[in-house]
Amino acid sequence: MPDTIPENSVGIVIPEVVHFDEPLELACGRILENYDLVIETYGELNSEKTNAILICHALSGHHHAAGYHSENDKKPGWWENHIGPGKPFDTNRFFIVCPNNLGGCHGSTGPNSINPETGKPWGVDFPPLRARDWVQSQAKLADRLGIQQWAAVVGGSLGGMQAMRWALEYPNRIRHAIVIASAMKLSAQNIAFNELARNAIKSDPDFHDGHFLEDNTLPRNGLALARMIGHVTYLSDEIMGNKFGRELRSGSFQQGQDTPVEFQVESYLRHQGDAFSNSFDANTYLLMTKVLDYFDLAREYDNDPVRAFSHALCDFLVVSFSTDWRFAPERSEEIVKALIDADKNVSYAAIESNLGHDAFLLPNERYEQILNAYMDRIANDAAPAQTETAVEGLS
Amino acid sequence: MSTRSDFDIIQRWIMAESRILDLACGDGTLLKNLKKHHGVEGYGLEIDPDKITAAIANGINVIETNLDKGLSQFSDNSFDTVVMTQALQAMRYPHLVLDEMLRIGKKCIVTFPNFGNWRARTSLFIRGRMPVTKQLTYQWYDTPNIHFCTVNDFEALCAEKNIQLIHREFVAERIPDKQLKGIWPNLFSDTAIYLLSK
Repeated sequence: MPDTIPENSVGIVIPEVVHFDEPLELACGRILENYDLVIETYGELNSEKTNAILICHALSGHHHAAGYHSENDKKPGWWENHIGPGKPFDTNRFFIVCPNNLGGCHGSTGPNSINPETGKPWGVDFPPLRARDWVQSQAKLADRLGIQQWAAVVGGSLGGMQAMRWALEYPNRIRHAIVIASAMKLSAQNIAFNELARNAIKSDPDFHDGHFLEDNTLPRNGLALARMIGHVTYLSDEIMGNKFGRELRSGSFQQGQDTPVEFQVESYLRHQGDAFSNSFDANTYLLMTKVLDYFDLAREYDNDPVRAFSHALCDFLVVSFSTDWRFAPERSEEIVKALIDADKNVSYAAIESNLGHDAFLLPNERYEQILNAYMDRIANDAAPAQTETAVEGLS
Repeated sequence: MSTRSDFDIIQRWIMAESRILDLACGDGTLLKNLKKHHGVEGYGLEIDPDKITAAIANGINVIETNLDKGLSQFSDNSFDTVVMTQALQAMRYPHLVLDEMLRIGKKCIVTFPNFGNWRARTSLFIRGRMPVTKQLTYQWYDTPNIHFCTVNDFEALCAEKNIQLIHREFVAERIPDKQLKGIWPNLFSDTAIYLLSK
């Protein structure tokens, strides 16, 4: 943690575990008899319960979106840039809820949890999940928190997919969907990158067919390599060039020298991979990349995104970033086109940024202005009397 | 942008509860008014980042779009009226934008600054300088307005393209233009406003 907590931070936060005893029927047909969701909340739920915002995390995210867990915490939550007093997701105005998704490895029920039937960790036997399973579990969470309707469901990347799924699955329970750097489905190239990552994990001898926990090993190398592959795709060529260029961390190209050369970018990637492999579960990574690959918003609507979105009642904000090649602006524009054809309220901003896909997590003046303007709008119609008109929208 | 005289006329031509697409919508004032007074639904297209933010704050649907790249994302006849106010002259290919507007909309409304106005003519004729008007304060070298036209130019283009002129109105702010614009619009109007269809 910095020496003093910045005034625009939510400060020290304590995660809480919400236990569910009622069974959850999953898209794959299997049933989770009971489960935990670990969540963080920031701000206060108003008496009318109209100011709640659900934040859906992306592939490697978790419930710790803002603030610090302790005074020794080096880094704040993953969306500290955007959540806090006076920030776009303003904790003075909104009650913000961020769960760790089912199948995660930060406290919610997932591959690391004990399978009640065997008494051993689930490992790879954890049921395969779909985004709709997350959305369903988040709806149960909303019930538990007494939230009938979210003022907004917000997410970047895989989080944006959940926000869109929310709009279709629970149209009456969401007034706005904010879909950032996302897509209605992954491209073949995207699936290919995910498969590279999965292969890296599975080829690690310590993977033990996914039962590494029982064997007291961890496929660290495989997971680190998976993260390195992912990380390259989250950055732009330009930002990698600016950050590292061809600078050397060690060695030299001088004639007569045979010490091996290491580029800065190599060392950076290795560091990213190592840090990740110490904090993330390999089976969760496999599970989450599969959720991404399987996601196809319009599949069950005759592959017609307009038909899919015709079920939505909420308003949409869609945001893309210019150098994001993993979830390119074109993917966001497909969402916008489908929403317009479905006659839904939608605004779209294509933000200029050299930061690639990661831009959705990072500070950017224009991005913040757009979010601020849109969140002002949401705050203004968070008053219960106006709920009905907001829900009716254009349709 | 507060109240603009061309907006008042446009409001009379818009049907209640119709579906509107506003090209170069700016801060969304027109759509906001149309939504409030005529119950229209619709979208504004804009390229300027600050105006997009302002339009979001104004509560309208705004889609970041570069009009010069075409409007292929919009289906044929998908809007009742496609509007473009004071932006035709800033398009890279105004005639192609006009084609697109007529493809997407059942009707179109176009407003533009009339460069046939006598004040513009006088500036060029007497002073030998490109006109810098009260409405368009840019110098020739940094103006976003790259395709100026006159009332006669525009009507010639419409005739060439077989575009129907349903209504036309002319706006002039000053004297004697106000009194004379009806007699000789190409010489006395500041702004020309057209309702068009295919």
